[in-house]
Amino acid sequence: MSTYNLRINGIARSVESADAEKPLLYVLRGLGLTAAKFGCGLGQCGACTVLLGGRAVRSCQTTIADAQQKSITTLEGLGSTSAMHPVQAAFIKEQVPQCGYCTGGMIMSAAALLAEKAKPSEQEVRAALDGNLCRCGTHFRVVRAVMAASGQGG
Amino acid sequence: MTISMHRDFSRRAVLKGGTLTVAFALSGERVMAQAAAPRILDPKEVDAFLAVNADDTVTVFCGKVDLGQGLRIAIRQMAAEELDIGVAKITYVEGDTALTPDQGRTSGSSGIARGGVQIRQAAATARKALIELAAQHLGARPNDLVTRDGHVVPKSGGSGIRFSQLIGNGRFDLKLDPKAPLKSPAEYRVVGKPLPRPDVPAKCTGSHRYVHDVRVPGMLHARVIRPPAIGARLLSVDESSVSGLGAKVARVQNLLAVVADDEWTAVRAARQLRAQWNEWAGLPAQEGLADALRSARDITDETLVKKGAPGAALPEGAKALKATYFWPMHSHASLGPSCAVADVRRDGATIWTASQGTHGNRATFARFLSLPPEKVRLIYVEGAGCYGMNGHEDAAADAAIISRAVGRPVRVQWSREDEHGWDPKGPAQLLDIAGAVADGRIVDWRTEMWLPQTTRGMPNIPLLAPEAAGLDEVRGLNAGMISQNGDPPYAADNVEVLVHWLKQTPLRPAPLRSPGKPANCFGVESFVDELAAAAGLDPVEFRLRGLADPRGVEVIKRMAARMNWQPRPSPGPDKDAAVARGRGMAYVHYKHDESYVATGIEVAVERASRTIRAERVACAHDCGQIINPDGVRAQVEGCILQTLSRVLKEEVKFDRSRVTSVDWASYPILTFSEAPRIDIELIDRPAERPIGAGEATCTTIGAALANAIFDAAAIRLRAVPFTPERVAAAWEKSS
Repeated sequence: MSTYNLRINGIARSVESADAEKPLLYVLRGLGLTAAKFGCGLGQCGACTVLLGGRAVRSCQTTIADAQQKSITTLEGLGSTSAMHPVQAAFIKEQVPQCGYCTGGMIMSAAALLAEKAKPSEQEVRAALDGNLCRCGTHFRVVRAVMAASGQGG
Repeated sequence: MTISMHRDFSRRAVLKGGTLTVAFALSGERVMAQAAAPRILDPKEVDAFLAVNADDTVTVFCGKVDLGQGLRIAIRQMAAEELDIGVAKITYVEGDTALTPDQGRTSGSSGIARGGVQIRQAAATARKALIELAAQHLGARPNDLVTRDGHVVPKSGGSGIRFSQLIGNGRFDLKLDPKAPLKSPAEYRVVGKPLPRPDVPAKCTGSHRYVHDVRVPGMLHARVIRPPAIGARLLSVDESSVSGLGAKVARVQNLLAVVADDEWTAVRAARQLRAQWNEWAGLPAQEGLADALRSARDITDETLVKKGAPGAALPEGAKALKATYFWPMHSHASLGPSCAVADVRRDGATIWTASQGTHGNRATFARFLSLPPEKVRLIYVEGAGCYGMNGHEDAAADAAIISRAVGRPVRVQWSREDEHGWDPKGPAQLLDIAGAVADGRIVDWRTEMWLPQTTRGMPNIPLLAPEAAGLDEVRGLNAGMISQNGDPPYAADNVEVLVHWLKQTPLRPAPLRSPGKPANCFGVESFVDELAAAAGLDPVEFRLRGLADPRGVEVIKRMAARMNWQPRPSPGPDKDAAVARGRGMAYVHYKHDESYVATGIEVAVERASRTIRAERVACAHDCGQIINPDGVRAQVEGCILQTLSRVLKEEVKFDRSRVTSVDWASYPILTFSEAPRIDIELIDRPAERPIGAGEATCTTIGAALANAIFDAAAIRLRAVPFTPERVAAAWEKSS
């Protein structure tokens, strides 16, 4: 067992793991932070997206060892129902999710995009989200919500 | 050690099962007194659906479940409307076999049309009873009283009496009264409004509890190791291969799993476990699948439609055509692999599952667990979107059998490979259509279709785990009601629809969103377009000539207006351009009895890359009375985008032993960059019955896209998916 020091949603956490390769996704879910979802374990779908040092990463492809020294933000830490991130607020206003399993990852990817570029074009929004898959078919609303969150809504 | 299954397995401390499970079922909701009392579950009884609580809230108990399609708000709206209370006053329990009545599986767009309508009638019966109770209390005549905001009040004004004072925490002891008057649409205050779905904020902030997030005390994490070939038997397991990890092996005949306290340990153990399976190669060749369907020997023929003298001599000047259409196997491809938690003990079982049919699966689970059905409780907890039947029930059966084997509650999480490889598939379909057009109308139409036959008396889709474990379950096929809409919805002199029912399919079939009908309508509405082109007529005009149903005519006209449709025969003028653009349409009267949908698609076909891009989709949609227009709109959007994905990109790939399209690279789905603009027009008919919006639009997408491609590039695609290779082949053929 080794101890890993993580900073998750602003809180310092010490986590024991026998495996330095343990994906961050399992660490987070083991801590009860279940907003990041297991979708593929292959970095193909984006359901497990979190922010690592402000950048959107796939937590299924990020090891516990690599997650040290950088701040980790999960959907729970991005905002809450009482203090929402603008992307979350826009997703709710647009009534984006159906099953919602992919939604958290999309919000994280979109939040990272807007932190980097405040007013992306619609094409840039789509390109930034191409690694996030949705099976229910909420794409149309997702794009509308991200445009609205960046102050470009109709 | 291997833990073998035996009937007398070790006991463990009893969890506070009842309390715990009720708390799960009511997660995020007010826990009310009724949950502790024995529930009335007979769907003939008002008390099965509704309880008026002492605090003036009402609890609705719904046997249908919300998979993200919005029943949680729409059914609240229907109940709130009839009861004259605010939707915020309604707490809601869904899909728990111990708490909700059996309203049938959540399938076939029946959530509102049957589930909601039943609850609406229960609420109307309750309102009538509350008014009668109030009349006794107040010494008034029922006709002089009305309900208002949780009270019964005199029509003439003055103070009334609260529902809870009349019945709070008590029972109605009343049968659903089919004659209890429903509110007139003119009086609606809640139904028809785009109220927000109550689960959306939690889904956007991470607090929504999915079945994947359920944890119970003492629970182990399990991973099932599926065989490398579908029909392979387990020969031996090397338990020492995982002993260093702290995981254990659980085996019940051919059902092989590893269990561990920690989820990641279970994942590693599943990867590391060495097991020997025998060889099996019983699948047909992928490239010969259509031929395999056509040449199947074990079939039963059934004539579904026969009108006039199909195939008889044609009138002079008639143009006759025939064509073959193929639809491949599709996966539900749920974004989250299936997951379930089960706690199976000697005297009963509790199973947390995202099944769309908790009630319907109770007897199935009881059977293979050798428990009385009343000792089996299935509790619905939402999973990743499922569109018929994915692996949810299989994961639940895995968890149940492994829980029994190890004597602990068990959580089974499927891998991506499990889900793509082992979810039951939407079956492959083959249609031959022959027909003729004369004087601008259809004079002859013959459809032959090859479809898997649902085995009589099948309670559910057979599950993997009982079969692997050698336990009792009913075997057979069930792909849903897949033979409808095989005939054109337009006037035709002579029509025949013949189905060849297949007794076997290469892979286990299951209903997949609007089962069978996306393929049937792909064939029918493509062929209608082929006839229109042969007649030199505009596709919209050709259809309207043969359509008398005014609701059908209206959706087509409205779609055409949204598309700014310019009448002309297909193909259009753009067919030789480097990027050929065109438009196409398709229409359905779903099951000839339900929703009316017309969809138009604008497409770009790029010659160099042989790729197809749907640029815009316009859809006019009439599902009768609309309960929640934003919910309907979301469903229609989902139908469009999911089916575009199926038509453009998806095909289950397999070799002779197993499915080989087992991730998102080998089974790609639509991405953001490929999603078109969408323009939807909903037609609300408050005086009509509500008839469901979760499926019908799916059936129009394949043909609308194929017809648009023909209009753009003069190539006719008759096999899904429309890959660049198929586009190239069609081009080659046409030139």
